[in-house]
Amino acid sequence: MEGWGRYPRHESQAIDCKRPEALAGTVAARMGLIGRGNGRSYGDAAIGEHSTLMCRGLSRMRSFDPNDATLTVEGGVMLSDILRAFVPRGYFPPVVPGTKYVTVGGMIASDVHGKNHHRDGGFGDHVSEIKLVVASGETLTCSRGRNADLFFATVGGMGMTGIIAEATFRLRPIESAWIAQKTIVTENLGEALKALQQTEDVTYSVAWIDCLSQGASLGRSLIFAGEHATLDQVGGMPGVDRFAAKNAGMFSLPFDLPQWVLNKTSVTAFNEIYFRAGARKAAKTSLVHWDKYFFPLDGILEWNRLYGRRGFLQHQCVVPAEDALPVLSGMLERFARSGKGSFLAVLKKLGGGSGLLSFPAPGYTLALDLPVTQEVFRLLDEIDELVVKAGGRLYLAKDARQSRHTFEAGYPRLAAFKELRKATGADRHFNSRLAKRLGI
Amino acid sequence: MKGIGKTLLLIGGTSDIGRATALIYAEAGWDVLLTGRKRSAVQREADDISARTGANVLVHELDILATSRFEDFVGAVSPLPDTAVCVVGELGEQSRAERELEHAAMIMRTNFEGPALLLGLLAERFAARGSGTIVGISSVAGDRGRASNYVYGAGKAGLTAFLSGLRNRLSGSGVRVLTVKPGFVRTRMTHGMKLPPLLTAEPREVAQKIFTVAEGSRGGDVVYVRRIWRPLMTAIRSIPEPIFKRLRL
Repeated sequence: MEGWGRYPRHESQAIDCKRPEALAGTVAARMGLIGRGNGRSYGDAAIGEHSTLMCRGLSRMRSFDPNDATLTVEGGVMLSDILRAFVPRGYFPPVVPGTKYVTVGGMIASDVHGKNHHRDGGFGDHVSEIKLVVASGETLTCSRGRNADLFFATVGGMGMTGIIAEATFRLRPIESAWIAQKTIVTENLGEALKALQQTEDVTYSVAWIDCLSQGASLGRSLIFAGEHATLDQVGGMPGVDRFAAKNAGMFSLPFDLPQWVLNKTSVTAFNEIYFRAGARKAAKTSLVHWDKYFFPLDGILEWNRLYGRRGFLQHQCVVPAEDALPVLSGMLERFARSGKGSFLAVLKKLGGGSGLLSFPAPGYTLALDLPVTQEVFRLLDEIDELVVKAGGRLYLAKDARQSRHTFEAGYPRLAAFKELRKATGADRHFNSRLAKRLGI
Repeated sequence: MKGIGKTLLLIGGTSDIGRATALIYAEAGWDVLLTGRKRSAVQREADDISARTGANVLVHELDILATSRFEDFVGAVSPLPDTAVCVVGELGEQSRAERELEHAAMIMRTNFEGPALLLGLLAERFAARGSGTIVGISSVAGDRGRASNYVYGAGKAGLTAFLSGLRNRLSGSGVRVLTVKPGFVRTRMTHGMKLPPLLTAEPREVAQKIFTVAEGSRGGDVVYVRRIWRPLMTAIRSIPEPIFKRLRL
């Protein structure tokens, strides 16, 4: 079994779960089990120590109340299904990550953040209630007022407290399926951080960094600021369908790309083209379909095959705002010098996270991916040191390799989390390869 | 949502094809009545469809083998649906059916007796009203008996013949009768089998085809979901029996 990054690979027995009634018995009878949604976490978070509960069959929505836009779904419901059903009805999920092929259970377990984290927090902040199947097989209702300890451990808890059978959260009303996007071009990292600071009042913002540019243009980036387009904005555009279901076709990578395709020259060329294309759109507002704005990579199914059979590592860290410029510049310099091509890095401003192990912390987060090679492991170990020294941490949903030391340094509420695991018996029942590796 | 005032009766609401079909009708604004053997399981599907679409979805517990209860059920269905789709089917295990009468009987009754009796009764009420559409899901397996699944195939062949006769009789009455043969479909029934991609449909594709043909003005009476099946089955039906019996198809 492997994660989205295809590294590492471990043996684990897959157990299918199709019906919610079966959860109690399945969970109570096993040790070293972890729930798995659509397998989009990059590393070893959704690979059970012994067995892995495949939760995609828990894919039914339970109820929707249009009065307050409250939706209750089973944990295996896919974000893409929610979008498909609700965008045409004028609703959007409160927070979406960079792919729509994730389950609600997975979004809660990773407390995923979106381009609106600086304003709206993580997905967990919008969940009002969780039905959690705990070690004994019992289903507990958890909310901020009920079993609150378990609630805050489950949000961002990487599945280590139990199986998320159901969740309730609110959708946001939208007037159209379009995003009014403004592109800001910045020449270096300092400008990029400033621009992200200045777009704090905008609902969505994200920077795409050309992470191969060096020297004076280190960290040059395109910042995409977006708002849900209003009826007026869409109405003013001839031929724009207000709730257009789809704007782009999909194609699937039919085979693994050989290793040599992604080299410094090809990636530099790509980044140059990408940057110039973006710069041309600067300063004017354009309407972009939600699918393209939020999920540009979903248009290429199985894009993880870009990196070949050996797989890739995604590195995502957050560092506090105060030292962000020197620390992130230091990191980008090392990446640029190493020439280990990442197409683009993504930079975002984050607010705080609510779960005990939630990744988001006030500051800036930088994410990029790198092919699996020996040198890359060494490079990332060095970079982790910079992150931890600055008071930052790494995102567990994307982690495949960090050391126990960097993990423990980055997550100050770990002790409380472990204690709760012990108290609920979760420490013996729910264990992923990630939990083993990091000693959780 | 749209509330167009039409009702679909979906018999077999917990199957993958049934679920997908009910969802497509609900998305188009139809009210839906789902039946299934186990109330809690059908209710789960009904809640799902209703949450996704905002449609009115009701459930009714109904076992396709409990034929003695059909008259009460059909008499009580209100309002009388505009379209009735029966997706009930049971592949069973061929080798077990060769040895155990009971298993063979269950397969035949589930694929033929139950659906035929129920759709027949509904057709009577539709005919009295002078309108309605009946959709029976049969199978390419009913087009010719094969060693690997002829008990199932015989049940489906019976259903195909029944629907054909019903259509013949009700021609001109305002009642349409459709026979849909999905071919291979990626569902629980075929889970774990190796399926040829060109011949294999997704449940939603089957559902879309049912909706398009049943609610459109055009389209044949006997529908293969993927067109390639029609020439393929014509070829298979035309192989002379002395040769066919020696083939392993």
